[in-house]
Amino acid sequence: MGNYYINGIGCVSAQDSSDNELGLQNFVALTENVAPLQKPDYKKYIKPTMIRRMSVGVKMGVVASSMALQEANVEVPEAIITGSGMGCLRDSEKFLKNIIDNEEQFLTPTAFIQSTHNTVGGQIALGLACKAYNVTYVHDATSFETSLIDGMMILDEGEQNVLVGGVDEIGNHTTELHKLIDRVKKEETLKNSLLNSKTKGSIYSEGSQFFVLEDKKKGNCYAQLLDVTIYNKLSKNEVTQKLEAFLMDNNLTISDIDVVVLGLNGEVDYDAYYTTLQNTLLVNTTQVYYKHFSGEYNTASAFGMWTACTLLKSQKVPGNIQLNDIQPTSIKNVVLYNQYRGENHSFVLLKSC
Amino acid sequence: MGKGVAITGMGIISSIGNTVEENYQSLLQKTPGISKIEGISTIHKDHIKVGEIKISNEDLSDLLNLPSSNNYSRTALLAEIAAKEALKSAGITDVNSCNTGLISATSVGGMDLTEKYFYSLFEEEKNRKYIESHSAGNSSTKIANSLGITGFVSTISTACSSAANSIMLGARMIKAGKLDRVIVGGADCLSKFTINGFKTLMILSETNCKPFDANRTGLNLGEAAAFLVLESDACVKADNKKVLGYVSGYANANDAFHQTASSVDGEGATLAMKKALKVAGLCSGDIDYINAHGTATENNDASESQAIRRVFGDNLPKVSSTKAYTGHTLAAAAAIEAVYSVMALQNNLVFPNLNFETPIKETNIIPETELLQKDLHHVLSNSFGFGGNCSTLIFSKE
Amino acid sequence: MEDLKLELKNNIIELLNLEDVNVDEIKDDDSLFGDGLGLDSIDALELIVMLDKDYGIRLTDPKEGKKIFESIEIMAAYITEHRTK
Repeated sequence: MGNYYINGIGCVSAQDSSDNELGLQNFVALTENVAPLQKPDYKKYIKPTMIRRMSVGVKMGVVASSMALQEANVEVPEAIITGSGMGCLRDSEKFLKNIIDNEEQFLTPTAFIQSTHNTVGGQIALGLACKAYNVTYVHDATSFETSLIDGMMILDEGEQNVLVGGVDEIGNHTTELHKLIDRVKKEETLKNSLLNSKTKGSIYSEGSQFFVLEDKKKGNCYAQLLDVTIYNKLSKNEVTQKLEAFLMDNNLTISDIDVVVLGLNGEVDYDAYYTTLQNTLLVNTTQVYYKHFSGEYNTASAFGMWTACTLLKSQKVPGNIQLNDIQPTSIKNVVLYNQYRGENHSFVLLKSC
Repeated sequence: MGKGVAITGMGIISSIGNTVEENYQSLLQKTPGISKIEGISTIHKDHIKVGEIKISNEDLSDLLNLPSSNNYSRTALLAEIAAKEALKSAGITDVNSCNTGLISATSVGGMDLTEKYFYSLFEEEKNRKYIESHSAGNSSTKIANSLGITGFVSTISTACSSAANSIMLGARMIKAGKLDRVIVGGADCLSKFTINGFKTLMILSETNCKPFDANRTGLNLGEAAAFLVLESDACVKADNKKVLGYVSGYANANDAFHQTASSVDGEGATLAMKKALKVAGLCSGDIDYINAHGTATENNDASESQAIRRVFGDNLPKVSSTKAYTGHTLAAAAAIEAVYSVMALQNNLVFPNLNFETPIKETNIIPETELLQKDLHHVLSNSFGFGGNCSTLIFSKE
Repeated sequence: MEDLKLELKNNIIELLNLEDVNVDEIKDDDSLFGDGLGLDSIDALELIVMLDKDYGIRLTDPKEGKKIFESIEIMAAYITEHRTK
């Protein structure tokens, strides 16, 4: 296994996250049950001839990937790997609604061709004239982590850099459906903080985070990616064992971990996956979370990785993400854990560089 | 690991058969599975022909012994049937006897259910169990849970090349030592969504499709699922497994030309084929048969023909597209054609390209139109999709 | 005819999301595809649906569109001759 350095990052989210150096300092906890994106300046990144057909998801992806590439000073990457749980949801909904409402008549192709899950990856390639490897992973909450695993393998196979990211957009129809089955919180405005909401579901949002992984460290390096692993299904007890095993695979124990980044999302029935760990294995480790800023979406864990990158580079843990009072003396090793409703668990290990 | 990654099992359900053996017989007997659509009510039913599997969702559920309360989409039902056949044919009884993963591919996921209950879900509670079946990952999770796979499970969607990328990822993960065994493939059911989508692109044929014909009239959509079991050399050795063939080459390149259309010179496809040959350590002259993407659209067949000429020049291997049998099964297509490629190797047969009459003038590629007995060592299979995705797989006998 | 041309320009801008284009920037004989307005094959399919929906003209072969959509001038003339609504 080789070295994987994160030399550039880009984030578009429900916060004003355009400044990687500022990190999460000025973020405000989301209070609505469905929180839309803070629109970046699209035209700064996308040519007017390209933008006219792009849905929000494509625009987010192009902006976040451009930010990451610029930071890493990579013009055309040697692979583009995108994770997107729901793909281009808005155009899918739009085309489907047109089919049903117009009884299959007078349909136009634009929404259909933009509806495929790999539209974002395809449009990034098209914009960069990048003919390299291009794949999209669409596996719910591990879409982004599978992309990372593939990215690491691409570097192992001899490429020098790879663009890896996640993107998911809000689709109104889908959100309404997800309210029916308690995926989205019923209350429109949170009465308490996300973690004390004690209700079913989470708050939905959208966003895109991209990262440039390279085999060599550059001046702008945020972190070294050490390892990623995913599990289809784990019980609460197994999570502890699997996390320990994951660390052991990397010759570490929990005492080597300075910060743990958790995917807590205020789901009353499932946050116990995290709290069990918090109260046992991680009791002496600095614990942070981020979904009160990012909201929940299939690739929100990429926002978690963006968060971890900013911590590692600044060597500071902002108070607005901390879950306990433990302050690390320095931040060397960071581990991320995420799951969604007891399925699709992921561990990601980062090291300062 | 010079040979590549071993294929030890296969499973398939398509409009030409519910098992590997049934598919093989239909290919031999030149029996296409193209018909009028029955399972989906659409205003286009008299103007299109499709590769439809004539088994209802209820009957598919029964075949899988699922409780009536299940919330499987048709994609998931087809996928599980094919995945189970693959596992069985590989003689695997304990799926976790080694580190096993699952990589599936789909483009429509549970769209068949979503389009059926799009508005009624708000009024009626009984079908709300289907809401979570919509996502692409859901069908993979269902199969993984049913087979007992708890580790690496993922789903790929790169439109019509999806399953090629799942086979490719599986092979790479075995080579990298990240998995010992992996079930790879893809599934897609017919849906109003894709029928109308391709209709707006004006590339659906009213008649049986004619791949590589100068007067081709567009594609027939189809539905299918297929999975292969890939295993490391160590696994094969430990269990003294019968190997059906090897995944020896693979590559993915992007055309970076247009969101949906392929470039005139087939740049992405050319790159994919060349890279795959390099991975396999083969030269173009080593390929005995190309199972082409050959969708029978104006654009694909012209572009793919150019790419084939660019890679193989005047020294063409045998070529055929099997899409005239099954229709274009989108995210499943590459898995279907992987199964056919392995069958071709096992039986030393080139399957015919049905409905071909007149070659395309510019490239003059003349596919095989009759079943051909020929000693085969290496088969190359192409799959291309929206978003410029071009993937090539190479299957080898040894 | 002039009214129809203006209507077409407005519709094309709206339908194809040509945000930065004004009606007076499109000349009657400007080519719509390639070097002119820069439309592509997907736009052609959008315009085919517009012909059907707004003017009752149904094209079955997308290649026919190429000639008809050459410019606003040619499009307007074709619509005037063939429209059923």
